[in-house]
This record gives sequence, C-alpha cells and structure tokens, in this order.
Amino acid sequence: MDLLLNIFVNPFVQMVDMPDFFIQVLWEGIVGGILYALIALGFVLIFKASGVFNFAQGIMVVFAALTLVGLYEKGVPAILALLLAVGVMALLAICVERFVMRPLVNQPEIILLMATIGLTYFLIGFGEFIFGGEPKVMIASELGLPSGSVVLEPEGWGPGGSPGLISLQKIDIAAAVIAAIMIGALAVFFNKTRIGRALRAVADDHQAALSVGISLNQIWAIVWFAAGVVALVTGIMWGARSDVSFALEIIALKALPVLILGGFTSIPGAIVGGLIIGIGEKVGEIYWGPLVGGGIESWLAYGIALVFLVFRPQGLFGEKIIERV
Amino acid sequence: MNAATETAVAGETAGREVLLKVENVSLSFGGVRAITNISFDIQKGEIRAIIGPNGAGKTSMLNVINGFYHPQEGVITFKGEARSKMRPYEAASQGIARTFQNVALFKGMSTLDNIMSGRTLLMKRHFFWHLFHYGPARREEIEHRRKVEEIIDFLEIQHIRRAPVGRLPYGLQKRVELGRALAMEPELLLLDEPMAGMNLEEKEDMSRFILDVNSQFGTTIALIEHDMGVVMDLSDRVVVLDYGKKIADGTPEEVQANQDVIDAYLGVSH
Repeated sequence: MDLLLNIFVNPFVQMVDMPDFFIQVLWEGIVGGILYALIALGFVLIFKASGVFNFAQGIMVVFAALTLVGLYEKGVPAILALLLAVGVMALLAICVERFVMRPLVNQPEIILLMATIGLTYFLIGFGEFIFGGEPKVMIASELGLPSGSVVLEPEGWGPGGSPGLISLQKIDIAAAVIAAIMIGALAVFFNKTRIGRALRAVADDHQAALSVGISLNQIWAIVWFAAGVVALVTGIMWGARSDVSFALEIIALKALPVLILGGFTSIPGAIVGGLIIGIGEKVGEIYWGPLVGGGIESWLAYGIALVFLVFRPQGLFGEKIIERV
Repeated sequence: MNAATETAVAGETAGREVLLKVENVSLSFGGVRAITNISFDIQKGEIRAIIGPNGAGKTSMLNVINGFYHPQEGVITFKGEARSKMRPYEAASQGIARTFQNVALFKGMSTLDNIMSGRTLLMKRHFFWHLFHYGPARREEIEHRRKVEEIIDFLEIQHIRRAPVGRLPYGLQKRVELGRALAMEPELLLLDEPMAGMNLEEKEDMSRFILDVNSQFGTTIALIEHDMGVVMDLSDRVVVLDYGKKIADGTPEEVQANQDVIDAYLGVSH
C-alpha cells in the first residue's frame, strides 16, 4: 500500500506542493533534451540521405568542439576560429564522401556501419594527436554566448505559498534559441530548396534519383557537412555546460534511445524524442528515483527505448519498415 | 533475320539521323550473360520498341543505355559521341530520361516536388544560393515551377498536384513518373513497360500521351512493352530480343511475320 502511494500519489503531491521546484526540474530536462535532440539530428540527417547509421556522430561533436577550442588556443580570434571549424567540418565531409562512402557504395549497410566505427577511432586518434587528450574549456563567452543566470521569483509558487525560486542559466536559454533556429533553418532547407528536394529524393530512391541526374556524391558530401555543422553547434553548447573532452562521446550514445523513440528518419522525431528522454529522465530521477535508491537517470532512457522496440519499432514518427520475403 | 528485310528497313528510314547507336554490346553478371553482342540504333524522332519474352534482357539494355550497368564489351554512340559506358549522371545531363518498370517515385514527396526534381540539372544557379533560397535562386525556382505546371496540365494531373505520390493509384503514379522524365526535357526518353498493370482506359490515355510527347515535343522514345497491340500501334520500328540476343529488327509488320519471333513467343518444339 505504501509502495503504491509512493508511486502513484506522493510524487504528484510534491509537484503541486512546490511548483517552482517542478518547473526547475522540467527546465533542466528540456535543456538536456535539446542537447540529445541535437545529437540525434546529426544521426537522422545522414541516415535519411544514405541509410547509414553514422556511429561517428558522437566523436564528430567532440572533434568539432576540439578544433574550435584548439584553434583559439593557438591564438586565432574566436569568430575566425568558428569559421575555420566550419571549414574543417566541410573538409571532413568531403574526405568522408571521397574515401569512405564512394568506395563502399552498394555495399551492405553493415559494412558502412563498420566503416563509420573505423572513422570514429580514426577521429579519436587524430584528435588526440593534434589537440592532445586533456579536457579543454569551451570558449563560450569569447563567442558572445551569455553567462550567468536569470532568477525568477513567482509569487506563491514556493512551499506553503511562499515566493518561489526558479533559476535559469542564460547559456541554456541561448542553447534552446539556437537549437530552435537551426532546426527551423534545416526544415526550410529540406522542404523548400532544390538541394533539399534532391536530398529527399536520394533518401526515397537511389536509382530514380540517379536517373534524373542527381549526383549522389555531391548529396552525400552535403549531408555529412550538415551533420558536421550540427555537431559543431552541439559541441559548443555541450562544451559550455561541462568541458570539451573525449568523454562527451559516451553521452552521445544517449542519442540512440532518442532515435529509437523518435524514428531514425524523422527530424521532428529527433526533437520530440530528445525532449521526452530529457524530461523523462530528470523528472523520473527526482520524483521516482528515491524509491529505488536513485540512479534512474542513467538507464531510464534505455528502458523507454526497450519498451518502444517491442511495441513500436519504427518509433513515433518513423516510416514503417515492411520487408517482403 | 534475313538480309532482305534489313536492307528494306534501312532504305525506308535512311533519311533520319541516328540519335543513339548500340554496337556489339555484351553484358554479363559473373557467369550469367544478360546481353550478348547486341547492335541496333535509335533514330531521331522515332518511337522504338524493344520487345521480347521475360528475361530476354530488355531492361538490362535500358540500364546499359542510361548508365546503370556498364557493359563489358561494345560501344554506345549518343549524339555522335562514342563511349564504352555511360554514367547515370552523364546520361541524364546529355538528355536521356527514363521511367522504371516498377514505378520508382519519391514516395514521400508531392506530385509537384517529384516533377520538380526532374529539373535538377536544368537549374543552373550554384547550390550555394539554394542553401539560402534567396534572390536569384528564388527567381529560378519560380521559372521552373511554370514549366512544371505546363507538364502537369499536359498530363492532366492538376487535381493531384499536392498529393503525396505514395498514396496515388498505380496508374496515376506511372503518369507522375512520366511527368518527372518529361520535366528533364530529354532528347531520348526510355520507358520501361509504361503500361504494365493498367486497365484498358489507362492504357489508351498513356498511349495518347506517348504519341503526343513524340509529335508535340519531338522527343525520341524507346519503350519496352508486353502488350503487343500497343507496341504495334505506337512504334515505328521494333527490335526483338530473346535470351539476351537480338532475333529481329524492323517495322512492326516485318517483326510480326518473322518466324524466329513467333517461335520465341509461342515456343517451338525441338
């Protein structure tokens, strides 16, 4: 009886009792979710256009952020370093297309997955060789990102009707705004432009795309570049919250449950999936975590993903995969 | 096929310019020979049918022409330029468009977007501008939209302009696919079984479109088709394949009378 009470009643009583705290938890969840969504977005872009699950997306985030900080440390002005980092991601995209994708065209997907795993280890080694293995500090303020926090004190939202206290980090607000702008820009790009149409065409049918003269090589280079830019933005935002180090790559694996939830081919899916996982694990940890001694945060996402795999394997927004025998 | 008919055909169509010439092309996959030593030509402005029983190598032939398959032997001459193989991008930019046997449309996109994708190569602005969808790129997009609307009117598919093509009935999908190929403003249009799976009315519509494309736009057409009535009505000349070899080539009447063709279709007791 006590257990049921603790599962179904008490957490909600707490939420209503201290709404300011609940909002705070929700906000943390949303911010985490946005960052997951950004990483998932990088995966979706490449998967959509080429059917390749890009295992290297996580390390691309680290590599992009390291390039940016590394250049700054070498004395390059922050904004120039940012532009150069974008250039490096473009170069990486062209090289990946030329030396990984093109020779392996028409190979089974598993081969391409293995190739991206190879790419991951190459980027780890190459990154450490050039920038060293030490964690670096993101140059957030040098790039003009805000620091400090906004404190809200809504009347009567605290415990027992006292004034509430909600503290929002400015960098998190900036992350949310930038992510929203980027997602909007990608949506316009995908739906309204010639290149976007070509991208969707390649995603739908390789052969037909070739027959109207769309160049697969060019399209692949463009999606890898887009994924690289997304990785750079993610790296800046994530780096500003912690450090820039190769440990970030592990966090990037959180994108997997996000993708399973949202569907591998859907951009809205990546966003909604990211938010659900982000909010779910924060709220779950705070309100239901104590029941099992805490630590829910690290596995809840995978638990949700597992449930989805059983009941809706294509995810919330993904295309239903029907394979004919 | 005997020498007499070959000279007769040559005499009748001698005035026309050759658009595409296939010479001694052979294609094999591992040990399987799909095409053996085939030669024929397609003349400017004609409707050329490629027929033959299942597995005769018709689709392989189209795939060689538009560069999906690279033959091991032989020469393909298109618009006077000889190549040992085409690449799909090359073929498309040289003016070869095609449709597929089992409709290859971009299923998630609308009719309009599908047909617009056919104009990819005709859009000249650098893709950098298209990234921003601004200025010159925007004007270009509007220009091409006008052209696409003309094609939509021509094919009488105004009512499905915005519909995602994946949900359209099969006959209409085939029509959209033809629209996408027409949007490329091709010189040579390859149609792989344009009427497969259609009812009589749809076949009549499609036949009319093919004849109109040929006469109004002057597009040269090569088509694979199983419906012999359609083939005989539409085409100027017919090439017949069987087991990857060419067994006959000539006008519909000549081909119909050819003993090898009759044997190939009806089977012959050995």
